[in-house]
Amino acid sequence: MAFWLVLTPLAFAALAFATPSERVRPWLLPVAALAQLGLIALELSGVGGAPFPTWLRLDAIGRLLASYLAVLFTLCAAYAPGYLAQRAERPNRIFCAVMLVFFAMMNAIVSVQHLGLLWVAVEATTLSSGPLIYFNRNPRSIEATWKYLLIGSVGIALALLGTFFVAYAALARGAATSMLLADLLNDAPRLSRPWLHFGFVLALVGYGTKMGLAPMHTWKPDAYGEAPGLVGALLAGGLTSCAFTAILRFFQICAAAGEAEFARALLLFLGLFSMAVAGAFMVRQSDYKRLLAYSSVEHMGILALGIAVGGLGTFGALLHLINNGLSKGVLFLSAGNIHRAFGSKRTPDVQGALRVVPASASLFVAGFFAVTGTPPFGPFVSEFSILSAMMRGERYGVAAAFLALLVLAFVGMGSTVLAVVLGEPSARSEATPYRDAWLHVAPIAGLLALVLLLGVWIPEPLLGLLKQAAPALEPAP
Amino acid sequence: MNETLGLVLVGVLLVNFLMLGTSRLNAAIRFAGLQGVLLGAALFVAHGQTNARVLLLALATVALKGIAIPAILLRAVRNVSIRREIEPIVGFTPSLVLGALATGLSLVFARSLPLQSEQVAPLIVPASFATVLTGFLVLTTRRKAITQVVGYLTLENGVFVFGLLLVEAIPFLVEFGVLLDLLVAVFVMGIIMNHIQREFSSLSTEHLTSLRE
Repeated sequence: MAFWLVLTPLAFAALAFATPSERVRPWLLPVAALAQLGLIALELSGVGGAPFPTWLRLDAIGRLLASYLAVLFTLCAAYAPGYLAQRAERPNRIFCAVMLVFFAMMNAIVSVQHLGLLWVAVEATTLSSGPLIYFNRNPRSIEATWKYLLIGSVGIALALLGTFFVAYAALARGAATSMLLADLLNDAPRLSRPWLHFGFVLALVGYGTKMGLAPMHTWKPDAYGEAPGLVGALLAGGLTSCAFTAILRFFQICAAAGEAEFARALLLFLGLFSMAVAGAFMVRQSDYKRLLAYSSVEHMGILALGIAVGGLGTFGALLHLINNGLSKGVLFLSAGNIHRAFGSKRTPDVQGALRVVPASASLFVAGFFAVTGTPPFGPFVSEFSILSAMMRGERYGVAAAFLALLVLAFVGMGSTVLAVVLGEPSARSEATPYRDAWLHVAPIAGLLALVLLLGVWIPEPLLGLLKQAAPALEPAP
Repeated sequence: MNETLGLVLVGVLLVNFLMLGTSRLNAAIRFAGLQGVLLGAALFVAHGQTNARVLLLALATVALKGIAIPAILLRAVRNVSIRREIEPIVGFTPSLVLGALATGLSLVFARSLPLQSEQVAPLIVPASFATVLTGFLVLTTRRKAITQVVGYLTLENGVFVFGLLLVEAIPFLVEFGVLLDLLVAVFVMGIIMNHIQREFSSLSTEHLTSLRE
């Protein structure tokens, strides 16, 4: 099934590239997304069939992530035709085709069982998302794309070295090695420790660059700030989650080797550091799209922390991955609408959005409350799980820092968000014809409904997926 | 066989220094290409005589890293007026000193790591580290977009050197995937460089500073 999950979007990408009509082409995105949802439904109902080829199959983590990606992509794809109709002055052939390739590669990342191919897939997402960030074709987006490509590729090159180190960790002990995850997990207790340690550090730094953990996050505010909101939603919700999955694969190997504590100490440090850096830059941030980028850095830190404390924290981190991704979808898409309406993304120029685009602005505020962990939204539940795991583990210092940084993020984000939506509309809004339309708002409302749902009730199939995936990330007893 | 491989790796290390010492963009690109050819040769010397699969991979490495990628970059240079890296953040002589330091540290550091008993060549691990560090040095101390790409290529070459230890373990598909990704990366970077040139009338990344806090 994993094979089809990758191949279907690729086939649609080819179709999008071949479609001559600028107006018809964007509608291929939601169609491809629905096809993907259908495949996921088949997989979850157990009609998966034998994995072919063997290195491409959905394990517990892959099944969770692939299902989540399909849902996120469906709602983002539903937003795309309305958005691209607004941007009719830009040809969208490359944009649509590359977005589908990007989606296919994200599915490859979560389902591939071979560390080398994992690397190939992650690098492919970097290259395919470059043109997406460059969509606006102005000097600022060139700068953002250049930094993204260069920093991303260099980070990924380090991850390849880390991958080689882990493979050599088996070879150095005289064991025959393949780079298949299952083989490495089996051989884990016999891996050479220094190579495994260095390998994990390099993989963490490399894929952490892609994920946007501080201090490797420097590309993120630029890329998210200059990319269209739609692309921001897919990067912050999808790609970062996939990069996190890549780190989880290496964590699995460490855990199986009895080195979980080593890996957890690193994740704990990077997690808290990311939250602190993000919090510091969120305060007095006048650019609301860059603000969202720092919020993304913060939440990547929370994911790392969840894995670092383990137990209920692991469950919380996996749930938070979904909650954060869907909330980021709400925020980036509604921020994109506000950006359209005002023609600016800085607070002195943008205020009173509630009067100009009431629906988008309301969703933006709701997204803000959701992502900062306010009940009854989903992120509250997942952050609370991580916090209670800290308390159970009697790590009160970490818990206190975690809470303090969450408050900092809330305050820092809140002042900018309120400045954007409240007050008298600035004159700039009258210069643009853009106002809310159902095609631009309904997909965002759908994302928000899911975030709200996850806050009050976790559906049975999702709970099952989470419960299957979490034990894979615990050290062997 | 080990001695020949050792010689090729010494060649890789020497190219690192040539790269650090040159200010001409064309030369830097050719040095990265030369390193690519040496990597193909190293692959052939290490495993290639007996194994057709590795022979093919060595040829692909030479074709991509030694010819195709430098050609893309040389074309990019031809399209712009600049020829030299002027005023790097760290001068050329200090870069050479730092490069020597990095090479020395790599030799010491590699010794502290456990190696497989029937090691193919003792120089592989330190040569890999030194080349990765050289790539980093070029990447962080040069201002021109093209030189930064050359730094990235050097870093990637260093990773490739380490891959020599794992030729038996890495499937064909992965090796080609890595090479293909690299080619596409340089291709995409080439397009963006073209746009940087058109937009700013210069290929210096100094102009790329409007996005900051």
